[in-house]
Amino acid sequence: MNLLTVSPSPHIRGNETTSGIMRDVLIALIPAAVASVIIFGFRTLAVIAVCVCSCAIFEWAFEKLTKRDTTIGDLSAAVTGVLLAYNLPVTIPLWQCVVGSFVAIVVIKQLFGGIGKNFANPAITARIFMFLAFTGTMSRYIIPRSPDAVTGATPLMIMQSGVGELPSALDLFLGNHGGVLGETCALALILGFAYLLIRRVIGWETPVIYVAVVFALTAAFGGNPVNAILSGGLLLGAIFMATDYVTAPMTFWGRFVFGAGCGVLTVIIRQFGSYPEGVSFSILIMNILTPYLNRLTAAKPFGGVK
Amino acid sequence: MMKRLPGIHAPHLKNTDAKTAEILPVPKLVHIPMSMHIGAPARSVVTVGDIVKVGQLLGEPDGAVSSPVHSSVSGTVKSIDAIDAVTNERGTVIIIESDGLQTPLETLTPPDVNTAEDFIAAVRDSGVVGLGGAGFPTAVKLTVKDIAQVEYFIVNGAECEPYITSDTRTMIDDAELLWDGIRLVKKHLGVTNILIGIENNKPEAIRVLSDYAAKEPIAKVVSLPAMYPQGGEKVLIYNLTGRIVEEGKLPLDAGCIVINCTTLAAVARYIKTGMPLVEKRVTVDGSAVRTPKNVIAPIGTPLSDIFDFCGGLTDDVRKILYGGPMMGVAVLSVSAPVKKSTNAIIALNAKDAALPRETECIRCGRCIGGCPLGLMPAVLRDYFLLGRTDMLEKYKVNLCMECGCCSFNCPAKRSLTQTMKLAKARLRESQAAKNK
Ligand code: SF4
Ligand code: SF4
Repeated sequence: MNLLTVSPSPHIRGNETTSGIMRDVLIALIPAAVASVIIFGFRTLAVIAVCVCSCAIFEWAFEKLTKRDTTIGDLSAAVTGVLLAYNLPVTIPLWQCVVGSFVAIVVIKQLFGGIGKNFANPAITARIFMFLAFTGTMSRYIIPRSPDAVTGATPLMIMQSGVGELPSALDLFLGNHGGVLGETCALALILGFAYLLIRRVIGWETPVIYVAVVFALTAAFGGNPVNAILSGGLLLGAIFMATDYVTAPMTFWGRFVFGAGCGVLTVIIRQFGSYPEGVSFSILIMNILTPYLNRLTAAKPFGGVK
Repeated sequence: MMKRLPGIHAPHLKNTDAKTAEILPVPKLVHIPMSMHIGAPARSVVTVGDIVKVGQLLGEPDGAVSSPVHSSVSGTVKSIDAIDAVTNERGTVIIIESDGLQTPLETLTPPDVNTAEDFIAAVRDSGVVGLGGAGFPTAVKLTVKDIAQVEYFIVNGAECEPYITSDTRTMIDDAELLWDGIRLVKKHLGVTNILIGIENNKPEAIRVLSDYAAKEPIAKVVSLPAMYPQGGEKVLIYNLTGRIVEEGKLPLDAGCIVINCTTLAAVARYIKTGMPLVEKRVTVDGSAVRTPKNVIAPIGTPLSDIFDFCGGLTDDVRKILYGGPMMGVAVLSVSAPVKKSTNAIIALNAKDAALPRETECIRCGRCIGGCPLGLMPAVLRDYFLLGRTDMLEKYKVNLCMECGCCSFNCPAKRSLTQTMKLAKARLRESQAAKNK
């Protein structure tokens, strides 16, 4: 007879795996890619491909150089690549995508120890870096399906400056307006959200609270709350980036407060800041607070006494 | 609806729940350990060469928290070993060669039970210990100073572990005995409120026992969601009564006593027939078992005899468990014996026994959200690795019941439950050192 394995219980494990979860996130991101191709054309695919490939290659190369196990199989680098691409305008020079991927994977993720160890969301931080470094190309938004790629303002810019005409609510919902690749089509993002909920990849708490707080505070400041949630990177950020496991709290209430905090910061930046968009900065700031939120909202042991 | 504690939806795998137990042919040899319970091992009262009958005392209890052990076969005592070389059982193991006749001891008669003291004494003499797996001497559990303290007498028929159906079959096939047990605790302990908790994936057991309960005003069958670990003592108490067993306290402090259904039936059998606990109904299942079955086997039967009776093991068997896959213990050898608390033996093939590869924690929080007791395994693991016993204490690793949910849930396949066990031991050591 064979030698028996003796190991501690449990002797059965659930079906979920890290790569399975990341695969689900990628699937949830597909509708936004389709929408983006329709809205901005096929260059969308080039931007996504360059970001995903360079993220994967940087991850693989860094791990090879530092003699660690390769983790590109867990698909987390691919998710970072797609999210980074979704935060870029379609006209972005491809070499800048490669630089952004380097910042995301090497500087933000791997230098902190790789998957699970980074404190800041790689895609968001890389976006902020690119925004500061490549301000010109990063803020050149084209009007969808304009024959010779006419550049124009995003709805948020229009709202902030008061110059130009805001797209209708329906156009906002369908994404028929200027912006970065993945953020414009609310419908596609909400489809992805539904998929993530059904697959139990994320809970409802962070996105719903985030959006609800933005809605309520915008109304309180006298803005148009519907436009506020349908424009800019709010839905993309709330659904796909504020819910990043590694950089958001691990407890339900932690994630709840995280969403609320993101909402408050976003509205403050949009109302008072000189940048029209506040989603990335808000999430990054809340990333920094995550360890404290984890501690503040620590689970209460059942039957525990002090 | 009351809030229930979280848990996991483990696969049920109750392949044998429709199978009445078959009686195993008498084994040639039985290996009967003197320690099959929590507490002091029984003291052997036989010597090599003695002729013994079924039900004869082999070991007497040694102290208050202990339990007698009886012979499960008729035959000759072949050896009394300090360590059983075949099975690696520690402590004294009595090996009996069976004569195949299963002659019961002539002097076995039903005990006289008139008072609560008689009842407790009978429970102790029956050799019954917690048969759901814990092995805590039942007589000790039932010894209550003030019966008014017991607001709920809970019969545990949850049987939430995957594969296992032996309790289910007890509730169906031994319903009469189980009900005798309920009448006994009502009569002698004076309990006034009996709850029988059964997971809703056992409709037949619920139906059978509900018929009995319809005639008994103080007893009620409660159908519970099939969610592991529904049968964990603290979980069951909370889900049935809303009571919380506090840290360092017993269920009794929350007004509850919990007894496994098979345990209660075994007590009733002894009081009815005088035959102590000498055999067990065991679920035999798992991917390496050719014909999964329920089997009634004498205590001490080598597992190999039982597997042979179930069509044998497949060639790629890699792991054998006492108990279910969530909390069961892997055995070293297929000749390990059936013990009192063995409710299932599970044999897994190479594929099911393969150890998953651990990857980095992705901080998804599944281990936290899914811990029935509200612990934070991912955080505790970090503190354990940092040697921070103060934080292990603060975050109450001592409360962990080792149910396995955290490891089950973890997408990174981390062995969290194992780490929790180590962390509990580390905390105990450091507290012991401090109290010195
Ligand atoms: S093994 Fe312990 S820490 Fe893990 S889920 Fe069960 S009780 Fe919680
Ligand atoms: S379930 Fe696993 S991966 Fe998720 S937080 Fe817990 S230890 Fe980390």
